Amino acid sequence: MNAIPAPILMMEHVTVDFDGFKALTDVSLSLTPGDLRILIGPNGAGKSTLCDTIIGRVRPTAGRIMFKDQDITSLAEQEIVRRGICRKFQTPGVLPTLSVMENLLVSARKNRAWWRSFTTRTPAAETARAEEILHQIGLEDRRDVVAADLAHGEKQWLEIGMVVATDADLLLLDEPTAGMGPQDTQRTAALILKLLGRHAVLVIDHDMSFVETLNGYVTVLHQGQILKEGSVAEIRADAQVRAVYLGRSDDDEPADA
Amino acid sequence: MKMRVNQMIGGVVVLLGAAAPWIINPYELSLLGRFLALSILAMGIMLTWGEAGILSLGQGVFFGLGGYALAMHLKLAGLNLANGDMPDFMVWSGVSALPALWYPFANPVVSLACVVIVPGGFAAAFSWLVFRRRVGGVYFALITQALALAFSTLLISQQAYTGGFNGLTDFSTLFGFDITTEGAARVIYWVTFGFVLVTYFALRWLLMSRYGVMLRATRDGENRVRFLGHDPVPYKVVAFGIAGALAGIGGALFTLHSGVVSPALVGVVPSIEMVVWVAVGGRNILWGAIAGTLLVNFAKDQISSALPSLWLYGLGALFILAVSFLPAGIAGLFKDGGGSARVMRRLLSRKALSTAE
Amino acid sequence: MHESAFLLGQVFNGFSVASLFILAALGLALSFGLMRVINMAHGEMLMLGGYLAYMTLQIVPGPLGILVAMPVAFLGAGLLGGILEWAVIHRLSARPLDTLLATWGVSLVLQQAARNLFGAIGVEVTAPRWLNHTVSVHSGYFKGLDLPDTRIFILIVAAFVLGGIALLINKTRLGLYVRAVNQDRATAAAMGVNARLIDLAVFALGTGVAGLAGVILALLGPVTPTVGQNYIVPAFLVVILGGLGSLVGTTIASLMIGLFTALIEIFVDVSVAQVLLLVFVILFIQIRPQGVITVRTRALEG
Repeated sequence: MNAIPAPILMMEHVTVDFDGFKALTDVSLSLTPGDLRILIGPNGAGKSTLCDTIIGRVRPTAGRIMFKDQDITSLAEQEIVRRGICRKFQTPGVLPTLSVMENLLVSARKNRAWWRSFTTRTPAAETARAEEILHQIGLEDRRDVVAADLAHGEKQWLEIGMVVATDADLLLLDEPTAGMGPQDTQRTAALILKLLGRHAVLVIDHDMSFVETLNGYVTVLHQGQILKEGSVAEIRADAQVRAVYLGRSDDDEPADA
Repeated sequence: MKMRVNQMIGGVVVLLGAAAPWIINPYELSLLGRFLALSILAMGIMLTWGEAGILSLGQGVFFGLGGYALAMHLKLAGLNLANGDMPDFMVWSGVSALPALWYPFANPVVSLACVVIVPGGFAAAFSWLVFRRRVGGVYFALITQALALAFSTLLISQQAYTGGFNGLTDFSTLFGFDITTEGAARVIYWVTFGFVLVTYFALRWLLMSRYGVMLRATRDGENRVRFLGHDPVPYKVVAFGIAGALAGIGGALFTLHSGVVSPALVGVVPSIEMVVWVAVGGRNILWGAIAGTLLVNFAKDQISSALPSLWLYGLGALFILAVSFLPAGIAGLFKDGGGSARVMRRLLSRKALSTAE
Repeated sequence: MHESAFLLGQVFNGFSVASLFILAALGLALSFGLMRVINMAHGEMLMLGGYLAYMTLQIVPGPLGILVAMPVAFLGAGLLGGILEWAVIHRLSARPLDTLLATWGVSLVLQQAARNLFGAIGVEVTAPRWLNHTVSVHSGYFKGLDLPDTRIFILIVAAFVLGGIALLINKTRLGLYVRAVNQDRATAAAMGVNARLIDLAVFALGTGVAGLAGVILALLGPVTPTVGQNYIVPAFLVVILGGLGSLVGTTIASLMIGLFTALIEIFVDVSVAQVLLLVFVILFIQIRPQGVITVRTRALEG
């Protein structure tokens, strides 16, 4: 047996206070490199706020966030990304007038200094990586289509691809299957599972069948606090979770708002 | 095939432009030269407004800075400064000695450098102060309008240093050459034409470069770009700085053609008029900016001298109609309008580029 | 004259200028909060109010004419504003920058129409006798202080309008809808609020208030086709400093800009004051980029 690896991300007693409204209260969370974590919880539980806090969009009122043993709590957003955390947003955040390939190339830029952009040559390694991801997300035949013209599911995959292209060690995927049919949802699950190992992934989702397919360690958030952590089976069996999250205690599907 | 046709059309236009001094009469040539100078500024607006999504209602300020930088030299050229000579209007205003600010402009090279550096640098610094605090969009447009108002009122009120309402006029020599002859007018035209070509191809390259892609990415989703690890601010500041420098060059060339620079060209109203040239021509394609500038200005020249009140109604209607019904401008009407023009036309018409939530 | 009286006079001036800015900027700020668009023809609503006051006084001369003119200007400008919102602005509202340009076109047309109808020079509205006095201090520490009635009148009108709108927003059903759309348009619409109608009503209300401000401008000086332009740029700056659609923010920002302008003009001329005002705004942005009153948003591109 190997020793347990040091966590890649640690949130330590993080509290977020929106003018009196506590969006997160004393949340501590630790993620393992290359591993999957699923974050669930009813609407308004603070899932998106938790992501916002990690990427620096919302600043914690108390507590700190450690990434690769460094305090990133007050770094600029782009600096946090450069350290290796990237997030997919809830409503697809693709760049609408850029082609699929351009979207990926913008994301794959290794040297992000602005003065290095005055060139028409793209480093071969970046192009190769973008092509690889294009294949991975299954959009090869959509390569030169502008992102605005993609179907909803395709946009979701493209944004996952963009997040992957940054080569971040930790990916935050906020509702990657929102608005997808069952087939596309399964495809997304397969895509995410392939990312593990190279990237640690934190997935937020509502869809229990999707969560079961992923079958990772689950954290349940409720009213800004961590209610329970455990395997999918454990979470499913937990009476408290059922009460607050699943609504009716004998129903399989969560009450999706 | 299509590409070759476009190249041929482009070649013919360039040839016609270069041969214009032999084709049209001196008056028309002077108008064309002025409007081409303005089109250099318009290409800058295309860069910031069309490609970066930054609307400036204060481009007249940078135009004026370039124009005044050159005009100050033209006022000093030929004067014997050691002798205590001063520009005529200063003498009339009772200024006792040449203001320190004017001295560097006695040197033509310094002045020409200032034509580019002062407006470009000022535009970059000004926009950096605003963009670094993530203030943009409508706010930025309104702030630049306030800048245009402040700059033009300042020019008018500081009569003794700026020539006030009448501005600076009555120029005679540059680099020792007489600039009032017909031959000189021709040379100035060719210089202007050359600048238009250089600007066109330089910007075309820039928009194809990774910088151009980053700029459009910033326009599409500033925060998305930020959360991909890029700082969007420098891309926007560079675009605004380049547009400022181009406005300055345009202002200097315009001043050479028209023989006068005055606050009437830099205030709130002319600044916003500049945007409509690009709106009419097409905000996402370079030749659209040039075509729009020539079209609107020739129309203005024809209509406003005959029926001045009609022109203002027409200009007002042009703003409303171009923006409401032709958001990609004339260039957008062409199927291969090229670049992002096609995409933009579609997106604008379906309101997909919403920045309001 | 006492220096302290002069200073107090300037402060008083600042407050009365600020009152005008409040009236001019209120409509801009409310609609900006709802729709994120700025109406560049808002200054022409001031102009319209001024001309409506002039015409009303032709029909109803005498001391009470101005009191008749105020509702007339309010309704007239509100009606034109409503038409403008319906015909142009809501069609473009997803493109705020294009809305700026289109409404600027409207402003040009309105100015030219006024020029054709009333001439370029402008018309005079004489203040009624009951507004023709000046409250003067003849002795004591503030000896020499003059407070013209019209300036006091502006303060009163602004206070009434501000109080009225605050009541409307905070105490009525319409106000509840306005706040709902302001916070979350989609949810409000899903709950059955007709957001389109709210946009239209608020826009008309705001332009009506601008028309009212136009009546007051007419008391201060001649009404010209471009009279609105003199006040509109500071009003835009008020919107920038005020924060999204906030009444309190707009009021504070108006006071800041009014007082800053009035006090700085003790030391420098008007044109330099304008430059310094811009410098002030840029510096203010460095400290509070989201304005006096901060609103949080959850949207990615807000």
